[in-house]
Amino acid sequence: MASNPSATYNDTVVRQFAIAAVIWGVVGMTVGVLIASQLAWPELNFGIPWLTYGRLRPLHTNAVIFAFGGCALFATSYHVVQRTCQTRLFAGPLASFTFWGWQLVILLAAISLPMGFTQGKEYAELEWPIDILITLVWVSYAIVFFGTVGTRKIRHIYVANWFFGAFIIAVALLHVVNSAAIPVSLTKSYSAYAGVQDAMVQWWYGHNAVGFFLTAGFLGMMYYYIPKQSGMPVYSYRLSIVHFWALIFTYMWAGPHHLHYTALPDWTQSVGMVFSLILLAPSWGGMINGIMTLSGAWYKLRDDAILKFLIVALSFYGMSTFEGPMMAIKTVNALSHYTDWTVGHVHSGALGWVGMITIGSLYYLIPRMFGRTTMYSVPAIALHFWAATIGIVLYIAAMWIAGVMQGLMWRAVNPDGTLVYTFVESVKATHPFYVIRVAGGLLYLGGMILMLWNVVMTVLSGRAVEASVPQPVHA
Amino acid sequence: MEIMYILLPVSIVLVLGILGVLAWAIFGGQFEELEQEGLRILRDADAEQANVDRHQD
Repeated sequence: MASNPSATYNDTVVRQFAIAAVIWGVVGMTVGVLIASQLAWPELNFGIPWLTYGRLRPLHTNAVIFAFGGCALFATSYHVVQRTCQTRLFAGPLASFTFWGWQLVILLAAISLPMGFTQGKEYAELEWPIDILITLVWVSYAIVFFGTVGTRKIRHIYVANWFFGAFIIAVALLHVVNSAAIPVSLTKSYSAYAGVQDAMVQWWYGHNAVGFFLTAGFLGMMYYYIPKQSGMPVYSYRLSIVHFWALIFTYMWAGPHHLHYTALPDWTQSVGMVFSLILLAPSWGGMINGIMTLSGAWYKLRDDAILKFLIVALSFYGMSTFEGPMMAIKTVNALSHYTDWTVGHVHSGALGWVGMITIGSLYYLIPRMFGRTTMYSVPAIALHFWAATIGIVLYIAAMWIAGVMQGLMWRAVNPDGTLVYTFVESVKATHPFYVIRVAGGLLYLGGMILMLWNVVMTVLSGRAVEASVPQPVHA
Repeated sequence: MEIMYILLPVSIVLVLGILGVLAWAIFGGQFEELEQEGLRILRDADAEQANVDRHQD
């Protein structure tokens, strides 16, 4: 072990976040399976307020996005920025604060949401005291990350860091603007905006959260861990740079597509639709660039389950970034809006893209953080891959069918102008698809539990190592 | 839509900021000899371990 601390990487915080991500993944997905079951069998609400769908649904979304996804982003960004800048993490104690602070945010969410405390804003439900804590953690995160980039030993800033950096800045801005509220007590506040203004800010936040939290951050993972796992450089490094700048210049105005056919002015809806369609280009550029990284080495996909996770994640990224712009077209949206098609679309992105790129990256990262070259069980990774893939297919196919069916039933009109179906008839017709979704969710959760076991065994059979920072080779 | 008086200036300031960073990156030499940068990350110690993995499988 080196005596000079700056001669080693700070991997303690990487290990903490990586393991937390796996644990929160299991927790968040368990809640997901429970609420999916509640939609199929409402008796599972048990008549207990804390366990009702309305309170657990935000708990599920917060747990999988901010606890599972968030911890994974912290872990991988801290790992990638140190390795690509070849320098120790800036402000170690502050990095430690981001870990414990973020865990406290998650704990407070897990208590306050089932108790019914909410700002009522989707993906921004947490009340104002927690919002302030999030802001403190996030500013610390920015200081640690950009401080590390600023003290880098390599002149070039690797493309993954650009994506992580944009994600950190954008989320800070979105969170502060959207969560602006007037508190009336410790557990209750009112939004600083009213009516349609509030809706516009909410979906400016909501869609950019998808764009920067769930896309840009995870693209940072993609651009580091796919090359590392495959041993091949990014297919076109030039294209990755174009991908980054094109994405961040065009993302900010897609939000209004969440508000088609509402009180939002028509022109704003159309702007949202056009920007959503433009987004297809950078998204697919990045997707093709990632997949083509395996160009000339496709055989590696045959028996490397980690690569399967990473590449199939990109396939789902391509699918959902095609589906999204299509659904943002107003005429398509007239059918899809408020149906389970939207839920299917979100989960194709969440389970397929975010989940799989994270799982693949963690399978690369975790053994190396514990002095091993592979996970405890390599066949378990393959089993996890197939459970997850089949689970996603069941989930999204069920929601596609259910969604299109609901849309068609709701708009069906008799010649005399009355509705063909009552709403409850569409609910009844949806029931079998809700049951299929539970089955898909159970498979995906089962894979995640297998991963947790594999991670525990890997940690127990390995030891935390202090990796040394490479010293400059020149004289 | 008074909210546009906030969101539009925020977006314009943001785009100008992004343009500034892009200009810094271009003129600061970040994009010279790009293709070797893709290879660089494969050369550190972790990469050797990744190759070991595949031989073990």
